[in-house]
Amino acid sequence: MSAYTPGEIMVSAAARQIQDREVVFVGMRLPLLAFMLAKETHAPNAVGLFENGVLRDQPAQGPIITMGDTPNQSRALKVCGLDEVMSLLSGGRVDLGFIGGAQVDQWGNVNTHQVDTPKGQVRLPGSGGGADIACLAGRLLIIMNHELRRLVPRVDYITSPGWGEGPGWRESQGLNRGGPAALITSLGVFTFVQGRATLASLHPGVGLEQVAAQTGWELTTAPQVETTPEPTTKELEIIRRFDPHRFWTA
Amino acid sequence: MAKPSDKVCDLPDAVARLVRPGDAVALSCGLEGMIPYAAAHELIRQKIGPLTLIAPISNISFDQIIAAGLAQRVVAAWVGNVSTGIGYNFRRAVEQSRPRPLEVIDHSNFSITLALEAGARGLPMAVGRSPLGSDMVRDNPHFKKITCPHSGQELLAIKALNPEVALIHVQRADAQGNGQGWGATGFTRQAAMASKRVLLTCEELVDSEVIRRDPDRTLVPGILVDAVCEVPWGAHPAPVQGYYDLDNQFYLDYAAATRDEGSAQQWLAEWITGPGGRADYLAKLGSDRLCGLATQHSLPTAPVEYGW
Repeated sequence: MSAYTPGEIMVSAAARQIQDREVVFVGMRLPLLAFMLAKETHAPNAVGLFENGVLRDQPAQGPIITMGDTPNQSRALKVCGLDEVMSLLSGGRVDLGFIGGAQVDQWGNVNTHQVDTPKGQVRLPGSGGGADIACLAGRLLIIMNHELRRLVPRVDYITSPGWGEGPGWRESQGLNRGGPAALITSLGVFTFVQGRATLASLHPGVGLEQVAAQTGWELTTAPQVETTPEPTTKELEIIRRFDPHRFWTA
Repeated sequence: MAKPSDKVCDLPDAVARLVRPGDAVALSCGLEGMIPYAAAHELIRQKIGPLTLIAPISNISFDQIIAAGLAQRVVAAWVGNVSTGIGYNFRRAVEQSRPRPLEVIDHSNFSITLALEAGARGLPMAVGRSPLGSDMVRDNPHFKKITCPHSGQELLAIKALNPEVALIHVQRADAQGNGQGWGATGFTRQAAMASKRVLLTCEELVDSEVIRRDPDRTLVPGILVDAVCEVPWGAHPAPVQGYYDLDNQFYLDYAAATRDEGSAQQWLAEWITGPGGRADYLAKLGSDRLCGLATQHSLPTAPVEYGW
């Protein structure tokens, strides 16, 4: 058995996408842990925005499940409403935002609304702030489990727009910035080249064939596919401090 | 709007007086925190419906009202269980029209906030950029594309929302309904101003002097409020800053219990319609469980000078 879970290497890979002093629109689950990890390691001056209306530059005071939990509001820099945090996003003050979803396609469009299955349409919870982050953040990071049913050629429904149908699409829709920068999965990391997901690294022990078999579109790879660095002992210690029961990373 | 002396009342009376069949009701305006579960459960006990439900992220409050067959429409950015994902009653209603058909008007968190802000300002629409490019914009009567007459940019005209009633939970309020809330507020402020009536529940009813000593913290002014009810633990299992934290186990148990329709109805009977009111619900939870959720790390704010 591996010394870390797929969830933990996803968190560690996601944390590396956060640069020091960046303003990050933090989601929940793995992205939240990635923000906590970045804060405790290489990005101590990053500031996190939570869409319920929390702005904080320190990790939560204790383990949390939702952004509204009391340890996430205690010792915040500011608490406010959705209108204020979303205005910061809309005004171009947010460098980076995280989202996850049920489906992603090769253009980084994300679906959290409905999935077509042989048994009929399955209704999912919806956008939350996901579409706002995808439309308005400086760059978008998508994080999700790598499964054939999730990495599809074309999402059944665009909840959160990525690069749409390719270069020029966002502008044609009235979106004046942003777009997906990376897709972090349980098997590897993709970056987006000309709007198309391009495999940049494989997690240790993962083969190209395995990724190809679990990816619904024809795989495009970087000239040199790297190996994703393993999470260090210190990183694992930090992740487990914030997710002590492996509620999110199991 | 009620006279100040009429505002303090029991929750069942307030719900019976202020929430009517056919109403659009804004609730759970603070996203995961400060959810007015006590008020939501009371309208389920009184079987008031059909309702249009308005929220950003309602957590399981919508899922419960939907299970009770009292929702005909939701206007929301997200409906589910924040701890586990899927809201099974919401899914059954959308996919199988059980227990009744449910119309869904999809929004993003930002667009629904702007819709209420426009309603609060007495305007017919708000202007936004997000969620342009999303399929939510297609065939959605609340979004129309417009061209800015100043800049020529393509933008969204977002239809204003003016709910009949808002159900809001805060930490403390006085008898005139001046409600003070702290912590993240989601779109509570906009919902209170946009709604025709406001039902306020609070952890503690306090003397008006407490409010006057700290007017910055007044989230909902009494001029907007029709009824105020003291309901300790009124947001359980949601967190309330300074009082109690999230009861995550409750959300996990709810998810497990509501996977199929029969057990979901049993859950409603056990936790909502069975107990006669909030006191019975709290007794069922038990004092040990509540003590474990109560705020344990005190951190009072630094006082500010508010003299003259």
